[in-house]
Amino acid sequence: MGEPNGLDGKLMTVADAAERFIRDGQQVAVGGFTINRNPMALVYEIARRRVRDLHLVAHSNGQALDLLVGAGCVSRIEIAYGGNGRFAPTCIRFRKAVERGEVLVEDYTNNQMTLRFLAGALNTPFIPSKSGLGTDVLELEGFPPGIRDGERVARKKVQVMADPFGHPDDDVALLPALTPDVSLIHAQQVSTDGTVRIKGLTFADLEQCKAASAVIVTCEEIVPEDYLRLDPDQNALPPFLVDAVVPVPYGAHPTACRYFYDYDPGHLNHYKAVAKDDGQWAAYLDEWVYGIDSWDAYLDKVGGAQLARIRANTVAGYAPGLDRR
Amino acid sequence: MVDPTLAPDASCPACSAREMMAIAAGRFIKDGDVLFAGTGVAMLAAAVAKRIHAPHAHIFFETGGIGPPLDELPMAVADPRVMAFSDLNAGLVEAFSYVANRRLRTIAFLGAAQIDRYGNMNSTVIGDYHRPRVRFSGSGGACDAGSLASGFIVFMQHGVQKFVEKLDYLTTPGWLTGGDSRHRAGYRRGGPIAVVSDLGVMRFHETTREMYLAEHYPGVTPQQVADATGFALDVSHSARATPPTEEELRILREDVDPQRLILG
Repeated sequence: MGEPNGLDGKLMTVADAAERFIRDGQQVAVGGFTINRNPMALVYEIARRRVRDLHLVAHSNGQALDLLVGAGCVSRIEIAYGGNGRFAPTCIRFRKAVERGEVLVEDYTNNQMTLRFLAGALNTPFIPSKSGLGTDVLELEGFPPGIRDGERVARKKVQVMADPFGHPDDDVALLPALTPDVSLIHAQQVSTDGTVRIKGLTFADLEQCKAASAVIVTCEEIVPEDYLRLDPDQNALPPFLVDAVVPVPYGAHPTACRYFYDYDPGHLNHYKAVAKDDGQWAAYLDEWVYGIDSWDAYLDKVGGAQLARIRANTVAGYAPGLDRR
Repeated sequence: MVDPTLAPDASCPACSAREMMAIAAGRFIKDGDVLFAGTGVAMLAAAVAKRIHAPHAHIFFETGGIGPPLDELPMAVADPRVMAFSDLNAGLVEAFSYVANRRLRTIAFLGAAQIDRYGNMNSTVIGDYHRPRVRFSGSGGACDAGSLASGFIVFMQHGVQKFVEKLDYLTTPGWLTGGDSRHRAGYRRGGPIAVVSDLGVMRFHETTREMYLAEHYPGVTPQQVADATGFALDVSHSARATPPTEEELRILREDVDPQRLILG
């Protein structure tokens, strides 16, 4: 087993990580996808600390996006999809905030957002794509010109041009790179030297982490360095890209974490019901965000029996037969 | 919108519109096809087809889940059920490199809030983009699949608010303004193949690229479909759809979606 001090002061609690890395007005990339591997423990902590004016960048984030928007932490969003699969075809607090003009949205597509993170990772200013030609995704800008300073936000949403290597009428869309201030992801395992292992789909988590100025990884468990070195083919990020490691069991709840737990249909359905009503939503925030002081307290509220119900089967990686209605 | 239970006749078992949609769309799937599926009815169609006539069809998801057997129905494209016992698990860059891959015939299944006569779709807003009356999820991977795949099939509930003369926002490119406009915009393949609604199956004219009614379901008349469409829809060549078999319905209800998560 490697030395636990191999983490060189990177090991911390969600409160420490939020205190040290999250500031009002930052551009934050949130990992995971709809109901899977959202860094929820950190997101609840950010909401609890009443962080404001975040500029959220994501491809298809669901639960984390909706909680941060619903708690009033977000003023700008660049995103491809604000939904939660069958639980909320459109994220409910996100929808209300956009319809009320409380947040500015710039729409891209999943392929475009992923490419923008990849361009950021490669320190390349823009990247071409064949997605969206002739559509309003390329035609209409959601952000007003005033906030497009060329530093924090690209000077324009997209530039369509003729493919310089192809036929003169064969257009491509150039997309600006993304370089978020901080990337938040949840992983299954981090080793005692800070190597990250993600089981199952990685979505665009790796691209967004490589594009960001700082990376916070919450994880289900810390494992010996020697163990992750036995099969490095399975590893996702090297230690030198990781700035904070936060062990937090069930840290993606109510979203899923392959081999550890399924999504929690009970909590997601409850969320869906209360998010529709402003009064009930305020009560949810009081109960689940402001009224508790830690993720331990959150898990106590979810309850041991429910956490046991969603526990993943070791082989399948989810909870077979879970009542998901 | 008609009654959700399609009126059966003597040769046709009673089924819901959603069941008919899943089975009608599943019939477009050929053995060996590579299928890009979103959430909802598309997963049912793919799962039924895989169990009946297309066991070698490969389903994949934009999240990077490639070729899962779907023993249990996923509730989202990021559901851990798309990762279990799959061909391989990857990420979005990999998934889109299959969507766009020039060696593959990739068929995408998509849904939307609005569709026009050329199969362009809106899944972003109703009303003004900058101050929308209704905000939807946004493109996700729909615009990408519409842009990059070899073709796509659309699921829609029929209604004049959904089949519209003009979209509030064009999220996903279909045949754009018809004719060769899709090619002129820079696309070298793809476009909508069919629209499967709760009333029938629409296709697109080969040169004008305008939508027409190809099949109406048992218990539905072509005129009903025209009345539920917000633009002039040619229904003159429509044929009655082949009803689902008892076997198709049994597999759909007992094997694919026993909890009726998507069938409702």
